[in-house]
This record gives sequence, C-alpha cells and structure tokens, in this order.
Amino acid sequence: MSEILDYVLLLLLAATAIGIVRLRGLIAVVMLSGIYSLLVASLFIVLDAPDVALTEAAVGAGAATILMLGTVALTTREEKRARFRPVSFLVVVVTGLMLIYGTSSLPPFGAEDAPAQVHVGPRYLTEGYEQTGVPNIVTAVLASYRGFDTLGEVVVILSAGVGVLMLLAGRRRAQGEKGQ
Amino acid sequence: MFTAAAIGLLVTMATALARAFLGPTIYDRILAVNVFGTKTVLMIAVVGFLTGRPEFLDVALVYALINFIGVIAALKVFKYGYLGSVESNRENGVRE
Repeated sequence: MSEILDYVLLLLLAATAIGIVRLRGLIAVVMLSGIYSLLVASLFIVLDAPDVALTEAAVGAGAATILMLGTVALTTREEKRARFRPVSFLVVVVTGLMLIYGTSSLPPFGAEDAPAQVHVGPRYLTEGYEQTGVPNIVTAVLASYRGFDTLGEVVVILSAGVGVLMLLAGRRRAQGEKGQ
Repeated sequence: MFTAAAIGLLVTMATALARAFLGPTIYDRILAVNVFGTKTVLMIAVVGFLTGRPEFLDVALVYALINFIGVIAALKVFKYGYLGSVESNRENGVRE
C-alpha cells in the first residue's frame, strides 16, 4: 500500500510541476506551488520524517506562499510569454540528460550496501535512542547529531526574512513620500 | 478500511488538482488548494493509522492549523491587490 501511495503522490507531484510551468496566471501558479509543497510534505510523512514534513508545510505551503503572493502583489499577475531560445533549450536538455546519466551509477533506492546505509547510519539506528533520547531517528539526526547544521539553517532563514522585510519597508516608505 | 480511505483520498486529491489546473476563475483555484490542504491533513492521519503510528495525528493537527494562512493571504491579495494593512492601502489608492 505504501508503495502505491508513493507512486500516486509522485505522479500528482509531476502533474503539479507541469501545471506550474504551463499556467500563465501567477496567482494560480502560487496556489499550485502550495499544493506542490503539501504533496512533498505528504511524501516526507510516508518516508517517516514528520519533522521534515512539518518544516516543509510551514515554510513551503505557509511562508513561501505568502512571500510569493506579496511579490505578485508588488509586480504583476500575468507571466509574459517567453521567447523560445534554442541555445538555452539545448543547455537545459543536455544538463538534464547528464543528470539522468549520473543517476545510473547511484545505488538503487534502499540498497543495503549503499554508502548511506553502511557509513554512520547503523550507529544512529542502534545507539541513537540511548545517546539522544529522541524516539524518531530522523528527528534525532536533525536536532541532535546535526544540531549545528540546523542552527546554521535557522540563521540563514532569519537573515533572508530580515532582508525581505527591509525590502518591503523601504518600498512602503518611498510610496508614502510619493503620496505626500 | 484505512486502505479504502487512502484510495478515496487520493482520488479526491487528483480531482482537486484537476480543478486547480482548469480554473477557470481564481476562486476555483483557491478552493482547490484549500480542499487539497484538508485532504493532506486527512491523508497524514490515515497513513499514520495505516502504518501503525497514530502519533502522526499531531502532525496532521499542525497542518490543519497552518493550512488556512495561504488561502487567506491569496484572497487578500486578490481582493485588495496588496498584502499590507488595508488602511495603508486606502491611503495609497487601491489598484484594481
């Protein structure tokens, strides 16, 4: 059942991504990207990573949607029709093919002898609960073993938020002066 | 029973997604996103029971709490054309 769920969710994810590329109305695109983020969060839940899913839902479906809507409100609601550029198209196709070729040398998903499974993974699984006291192993890795990493991410997100607030405040002040 | 519920939820998600693609008005899309968010909340709860981890219910509750923020923001942008306070918008003149 879980596998079928994965496939259907991935299918809906691909459909949403195509919809985001095809649609021209930017508010609709923002709505679809919210759906995309909810789908990714569902996939994280199926993969037993509820904390990552919570972050994805809060940042992707919550904060990012509002930031993008703010951008749409400040700029325009319709995407301009882009000119077809053969060179850019070629670069994108070649890069995509190289990436697909690169995945052929990766170990299959969930393989027992994959480097991700034999390096530090077993120690996290066997000693994680005694060392950290966190029942969910993904949470233990995120919040305890990679605590400094997560702290750095929080700093990045905070500075990004402060930057956006400064941009919006600067614009509003300029608008107020123009009004007077 | 949970399997049947999951299948039903996936079908509803697909139809909501179709509505989000087709539109035609912005309200259809906003409604589709809201429906999709609700279905995600239910899906997380069903997956939790399906895999024997009912503690996912907490995650579903948090989803339900943050679900409506994006919808309210979208409606506000669509109605007033600006995400700031309505008062400052009136002073500057609402763009329709």
